[in-house]
Amino acid sequence: MEELYIISDHCIIRNNSVVSGGKKVFEYDRGGEPSFFTALYRHFDLNYPKFFKMDNLCKLGLLASEVLLREKNILRRYPGDQVGLILSNAASSIDTDRNYQISINDRTGYFSSPSVFVYTLANIVIGEISIRQKFLGESTFFIEEKFNPERLYTQVKLILDEGIISCCICGWVELDGDHYEAVLYLVEKSAPLADGIAIFEPEKLHEIFLQRI
Amino acid sequence: MEQLIDKLKHEIIGVLNLSEMTPADIDENAPLFIEGLGLDSIDALELIVLLEKNYGLKLGTAEEGKRVLHSVRSMAEFITSNKKG
Amino acid sequence: MASFREGHTGIKEYDDLDLAPAPFWASRVDNEELSGRFTVFGNPAEYTRFEQLVICSVKDALSRCTIDITGKGTLFILSTTKGNIDLLKGNKGDPFEKSRTYLWYTAHLLQRFFNFHTQPLIVSNACISGVLAIIEGARLIRANRVDTVIVTGADLVTEFVLSGFNSFQSLSKGPCRPFDKNRQGLSLGEGAGTVILTGDASLALSNCPVKAGYGCSGNDANHISGPSRTGEGLYLAIKHTLERSTVPVDYISAHGTATPYNDEMESVALNRAGLQEVPVNSFKGYWGHTLGAAGVIESVAGAYSLANNILFHTLGYVEPGVTHPVAIIDGTFAKNLGSCLKIASGFGGCNAALMFHK
Repeated sequence: MEELYIISDHCIIRNNSVVSGGKKVFEYDRGGEPSFFTALYRHFDLNYPKFFKMDNLCKLGLLASEVLLREKNILRRYPGDQVGLILSNAASSIDTDRNYQISINDRTGYFSSPSVFVYTLANIVIGEISIRQKFLGESTFFIEEKFNPERLYTQVKLILDEGIISCCICGWVELDGDHYEAVLYLVEKSAPLADGIAIFEPEKLHEIFLQRI
Repeated sequence: MEQLIDKLKHEIIGVLNLSEMTPADIDENAPLFIEGLGLDSIDALELIVLLEKNYGLKLGTAEEGKRVLHSVRSMAEFITSNKKG
Repeated sequence: MASFREGHTGIKEYDDLDLAPAPFWASRVDNEELSGRFTVFGNPAEYTRFEQLVICSVKDALSRCTIDITGKGTLFILSTTKGNIDLLKGNKGDPFEKSRTYLWYTAHLLQRFFNFHTQPLIVSNACISGVLAIIEGARLIRANRVDTVIVTGADLVTEFVLSGFNSFQSLSKGPCRPFDKNRQGLSLGEGAGTVILTGDASLALSNCPVKAGYGCSGNDANHISGPSRTGEGLYLAIKHTLERSTVPVDYISAHGTATPYNDEMESVALNRAGLQEVPVNSFKGYWGHTLGAAGVIESVAGAYSLANNILFHTLGYVEPGVTHPVAIIDGTFAKNLGSCLKIASGFGGCNAALMFHK
């Protein structure tokens, strides 16, 4: 009998809007803050100055995790080393890579910036979320040409089956120039009955991903 | 010296992405690391790059680095005493 | 291999203005030798340096065994941090499009080249990618999702990466010296390594009676580039891995990059895990830090050590240089070994541990 897990919540950041658990919670007002990410940061009153040092991919991932996890107090239900993070995207950190490459193209002013270079790795977004949330568990960053619900399902299911973690934040965090989207799922071995929870399975992941917002 | 301190504050805010801050928020005599602004090791490296790029000054040893980067004032004093021409 | 057994380092000083404005120390793959080897498989003009490296490595591994690589039960996992990042510069006369820097593009190309049935998986998770890729492959086989996994880790020494580590002031002048008192930093290396995992014991080679056991990762949740002072993530990865292991650890292949902070952190984590008396080495003095390839190449070296009952000298190490005592292997000698624990750490606070055993 295969073990069944639960998607207890999910969130989507796309098209300048944020949807949490199926409900729209924010829409960008272009007349306000210059950038969507800063506007979202202020809207949720995050009070986390490290945010401003991050590259756009990490800002997106951090914001998505904040939306997903707010008021959930995950660490009251699980020790930090039992919460995992499995994320994927197509562009890796290419957006920051391009910025970094530009900064080193000029050999006469050859001063590469450590604070830009450190973001030229896709998994740093996992690092930033882990630092903010104090998650110490299993984590991996995969690259896929496009969101792959079957593979994500297998990756998360197998580590939950192995019992090293009991809860996993997983999904897609993609940023390439002007195009960005983040879809995160909170998957747990068990969860209290509530509106919107669903069985963790590839079809459900796909259905949530495709939600129009 | 005060002009240099103000200029440095602007540059530090720029290079460390401290977009939440204005120069008025930075106390030039307060420690930059651990307390005060609470900067970290990557920030330290960026400040070293800043000194080299904007002022042509290289730090010799880790000890010198710790002294020079202690506060905005100590950075300004280092720049003033090592100014070329 | 002969060089390795004789204790020579491949890390040399290079003066190459294409890569850096000043001379640097690194371990590089000779271009002519690479295209020479690749010509047998394809036209070097049509494949990037990175692709040639990966293909040569896979071909080399495949030549030593008989597996069906085009079948449904075979999965290819690519482990790399930056892939074709050298194309980003867009040098004049470069025949390759910048879009080839997308890692999924590289995976497609490799799938077509080898005629893999299943879409390759790509792990890009800083310097622990190689270990994670093997962990994932073993996990999939244990769960009967696949029969065979080809794991290849590869990365290049590029201007992009060299300048970056330079900005961190973490490059050594001279070959790196893991765990040594006078270590100054890491030496970058480039290369590719391939392991082929199978669930079918009958396919195992007689000269490689090594099995991949359990492994897992852990995050420091502390800083994105500096390792945790308490070695938290690495300690947790080791702890969870050993909890699932049925054999004791006879030997540890450490990450040992020779930066002041990494080696110190590993010594802390190993002591917390009670492994301070287990012989431990780092291979990075031989071929440098090969980033996305490191976890695979060093697993191969660890498995080689296991299979041949040899412990290899930590090249570059002379005097103890970490605050927590660890049993650094400082000579090459024979020893009966039943198991090897591979550990790795990387930017983003990530850490991984994996057991190999006979």
